[in-house]
Amino acid sequence: MKAVMTVIGADCIGIVAQVSTLLAKMNVNILDMSQTIMEGLFTMTMLVDTEKSEHKLEDIRGALDAKGAEMGLKIRIQRADIFTAMHRI
Amino acid sequence: MLNLADIKQTVDMIDHQHLDIRTITMGISLLDCAHPDTGRCAGKIYDKICRRAERLVAVGCDIESEFGIPIVNKRISVTPIALVAAGCEGGDCVELAKALDRAAKSCGVNFIGGYSALVHKGFTEGDRRLIESIPRALAETELVCSSVNIATTKAGINMDAVALMGRIIKETAALTADRDGFGCAKLVVFANAVEDNPFMAGAFHGVGEGESVINVGVSGPGVVHSALREVRGRPFDEVAETVKRTAFRITRMGQLVAQEASRRLGVPFGVVDLSLAPTPAVGDSVARILEEMGLETCGTHGTTAALALLNDAVKKGGIMASGHVGGLSGAFIPVSEDEGMIAAAGSGVLTVDKLEAMTCVCSVGLDMIAVPGDTPAETISAIIADEAAIGMVNSKTTAVRVIPAPGKTVGDEVQFGGLLGSAPVMQVHKESPKAFIDRGGRIPAPMQSLKN
Repeated sequence: MKAVMTVIGADCIGIVAQVSTLLAKMNVNILDMSQTIMEGLFTMTMLVDTEKSEHKLEDIRGALDAKGAEMGLKIRIQRADIFTAMHRI
Repeated sequence: MLNLADIKQTVDMIDHQHLDIRTITMGISLLDCAHPDTGRCAGKIYDKICRRAERLVAVGCDIESEFGIPIVNKRISVTPIALVAAGCEGGDCVELAKALDRAAKSCGVNFIGGYSALVHKGFTEGDRRLIESIPRALAETELVCSSVNIATTKAGINMDAVALMGRIIKETAALTADRDGFGCAKLVVFANAVEDNPFMAGAFHGVGEGESVINVGVSGPGVVHSALREVRGRPFDEVAETVKRTAFRITRMGQLVAQEASRRLGVPFGVVDLSLAPTPAVGDSVARILEEMGLETCGTHGTTAALALLNDAVKKGGIMASGHVGGLSGAFIPVSEDEGMIAAAGSGVLTVDKLEAMTCVCSVGLDMIAVPGDTPAETISAIIADEAAIGMVNSKTTAVRVIPAPGKTVGDEVQFGGLLGSAPVMQVHKESPKAFIDRGGRIPAPMQSLKN
């Protein structure tokens, strides 16, 4: 399943490294990513594929929540369909 | 890759603008639950609802979690109970209401609608028994919602039913006096009721519907309001265009959730209801959208025009985004459930008369309005008659959900809590329409041609 991850919060060293390491451990493949500082906040968007992961989406979300709490970030993972539906005709 | 700005926009809508799916409502036919013995009938109703809606809440929660979009309510609507109960020999209809309540609790939904009767042209024995039982049914159950259709464009207005409903509303308020007449918040009187409305308290599963169906109601006043901030001071053409674009996005999300719920539950998809449904939360108000268009306070001159534009643009934007649009589909203006309406009514700018004018151009009617507890039944009936006339003549749905709050008067406030919010008690006219209501009979159906 393709999902969109958004990571928003105060910038600090190692966000990309820690988040992508966690995804790799859970066998989640990163298809695309982009990162910027928007309105003073670290903002990263990733398109990921959970197909090869043995973990359920809710477990992946749980692990990301814990990582987010640890680093002071809001990490969200949602099925990509919702964005496609809302923004593509 | 999806556009970064699009993704951010959606996340912002959910996080900061209260974008959500207001309700997934499963309609269930109970026509096959009729039985001469009321107890057996109640048992069949309970069993069928629990069987059909067993997974509704779990599936709703799964979708919510996977798509990251809040689904605020999971609800059930059923065949108007007056039809199911018509075959019961003796017994008390309230027993059936209690079966609905138990089933709703077992399934984990937060409301069940359909303790209803359709009497726009006349009463059957079953209709009368059910309507008479409404006050007790609403006082003795928690989750059951009731509605009565008293007029249609094709049949006219059943003024006997209008008179009866004034008394029923008063009685319902009296039986729930300890909670400011809360029972009345679960009772809607309709003209031109629709069969596939997913919103409470007026939802029921129409007789033209199939065995079971999934209808979805979207929301999003906060999103529309936020979009309109970007076009402040611009001409109305741009306002309409902005609302349309926003409504399109909101509805696409509703359509996606509806299809997903339908597939997972193995129940056909019915409609997406395009109504803009507010909540008492700050930033989720229809009134504030109208004020964003340039009105100092909702209810002042210009409000009806602003609402007409909003209502039409929401439909135009939404219609292309969904395979099937239905239900009530329009902006809701429930006073107690809309933070801006509460403020406007509290300041005295928004009056019952202005609300009535507003209902000419939007769904659904005089909704969640608290009136003084000593308002006579015939005044409430006359309010219903006026609203029904608007619906009947304009071929649209209108409704009345008023709460004559026992012991309260103008200036007081009633508190219902949660999505139902709070409402300032509003002034109604004191001059009596008693002789008018006492006439009874029917107001004939209106002309549908020679429209000038």
